[in-house]
Amino acid sequence: MASIAEPVTKPVSRFRYILDRRETLGAVMVAPAILYVLLLVGGPFLLAVYYSVSAYTIYDPSWRFVGLANFAQIIKNPVFLQTLGNTFLFTFGSQFLGLILGKFGAFLLMRPFAGRKIVRALIMLPWAVPIALAAVAWEWMFDSLYSVINWSMIALGIIDRSDAPNWLGNPHLAMLCVIIVNAWRFFPFAIVIFLAGITSVPQDIIDAAIVDGAGFWRRNYQIVLPLILPIVAVGLIFGIVFTFTDLSIVYLLTNGGPVNATSVLGFQGFQVGIVSGDVSHGAAISLFMLPVLLAVVIVVLRFIRRREV
Amino acid sequence: MQRIVTKVAGEVGFYFAIAFFVVVTTFPFYWMLITSFKSNPDLYDVTNIPFWFNEAPTLEHFRYLFEQTLFVRWLLNSLVIGLCVVTITLIAALPAGYSLARMTGRNGEALGIGIFLTYLVPPTLLFLPLSRIVANLGLQNSMWSLVLVYPTFTIPFCTWLLMGFFKALPPEIEEAAIVDGCSLFGAFVRMVIPLSLPAILTTVIFTFTLTLQEFVYALTFISSSAQKPITLGVATDLVRGDIFFWGEIMAGALIASVPVAIAYNLLLDRFITGITGGAVK
Repeated sequence: MASIAEPVTKPVSRFRYILDRRETLGAVMVAPAILYVLLLVGGPFLLAVYYSVSAYTIYDPSWRFVGLANFAQIIKNPVFLQTLGNTFLFTFGSQFLGLILGKFGAFLLMRPFAGRKIVRALIMLPWAVPIALAAVAWEWMFDSLYSVINWSMIALGIIDRSDAPNWLGNPHLAMLCVIIVNAWRFFPFAIVIFLAGITSVPQDIIDAAIVDGAGFWRRNYQIVLPLILPIVAVGLIFGIVFTFTDLSIVYLLTNGGPVNATSVLGFQGFQVGIVSGDVSHGAAISLFMLPVLLAVVIVVLRFIRRREV
Repeated sequence: MQRIVTKVAGEVGFYFAIAFFVVVTTFPFYWMLITSFKSNPDLYDVTNIPFWFNEAPTLEHFRYLFEQTLFVRWLLNSLVIGLCVVTITLIAALPAGYSLARMTGRNGEALGIGIFLTYLVPPTLLFLPLSRIVANLGLQNSMWSLVLVYPTFTIPFCTWLLMGFFKALPPEIEEAAIVDGCSLFGAFVRMVIPLSLPAILTTVIFTFTLTLQEFVYALTFISSSAQKPITLGVATDLVRGDIFFWGEIMAGALIASVPVAIAYNLLLDRFITGITGGAVK
């Protein structure tokens, strides 16, 4: 009789036994997250790659393989080349400005003073608030007629009402505007990254450097900066990736204009792929981001690893 | 004397620089505030001083926003989207973060970095295929498409945050529970989760603010006004014809910004440890 009862309990206990093994339970618990990401990031990513080598549009959803024809076409398009150039200018211009402001801001916020917490909270606002909402506020500040910036400059006698700049209507100024708004949005992030780095440097290292006679600049650039580089590098990856692929600031402030002067890759991919429905060319344009992103991530990760060893 | 002068000049310069930063970061929000309370004749007169009220402040824009537009609907949409995404994210990220921190060893670390890197895959690379997938599922033009897609960035981010937190938790707690007869999973549910409530709360608030900040997917998937989340609605739907109604737009932007700004500032330190966690050991 005992031999009949045994097979009934055995599967249950074996199941329990399997789930009590660390590796197995670990795999089961991590599976939902991995599956979600594989299905809705990995899958679509491969799909994007395939779109870019197909003739797919929303009007003619054919999966016909056309090789690199889409890429060959967009490379010959002067608007695309301009877009590519704009994207680099937009990214590196705003990151450069953002890092300088961030370093300077971190330097100020390092020193204790009354109300530092409140000041830090206020300085964080541009990074915290949804960028789309801040962008409309900037659009209103850059208004062609009621711009508060122009009003102030006229009131201060810097310019005359007749030659007040049309910020978003002039190609060069429009590019400057989107760069400024993006730097404005990113520099609080740069500040906290620098602060996180600087506070992680042990005080005894700094003390030792002072005892050894290192001056302010030497301490900053030969001791602190190399130590905080890994953290700054992570921050920089974020900044570059999110700026290089950004769409919202350009979409809301200038809509790519005037005459494509501020068109960037994300915006162009949206215009071609979604608005015009030419999915294959849109995907090809978006995929141009990939080599740059990969290069940035690889360079920075290698850089971090080398420092750790 | 010379020394005192230099010191005073240094102090003045310091506070001047601080003031400069604060003005630069807060002015656009001040601008939202003052615009939303100004009457139209006051707003659209180039001879008026724009920094303060030239005529009596008015609640007209707020009244219009709440009574004549879909603003309340957008708020509700954002709330529903946020709550659903938070639920999905917690269900996936909580066990995943624990597993990667405790149970998968060396592979888990690599896997964790892998998941985190997907957070860096930009929406502008994925929006084309995702918009086709959303259309094929019949979710085009519906806010449920966002409930489906937003976890693609909230899950990686929160898994990473929670992984860092679980690593800091002493393993003796679960070991004691297991000695007392708990299963591995039972120890996670009965001991680890109750002890992690602060971290879970952080994750919830972060996920929620991430859904409020998102713009690209919402813009791509949704064009009918009644389905828009608050950020998209305020930024794109308050323009009638070609005319911008700045009073209403700024009022809407202000209302939507305030809660996000407060939540973010409260959790800033955790956010920073979260994303730099890979670089500092």
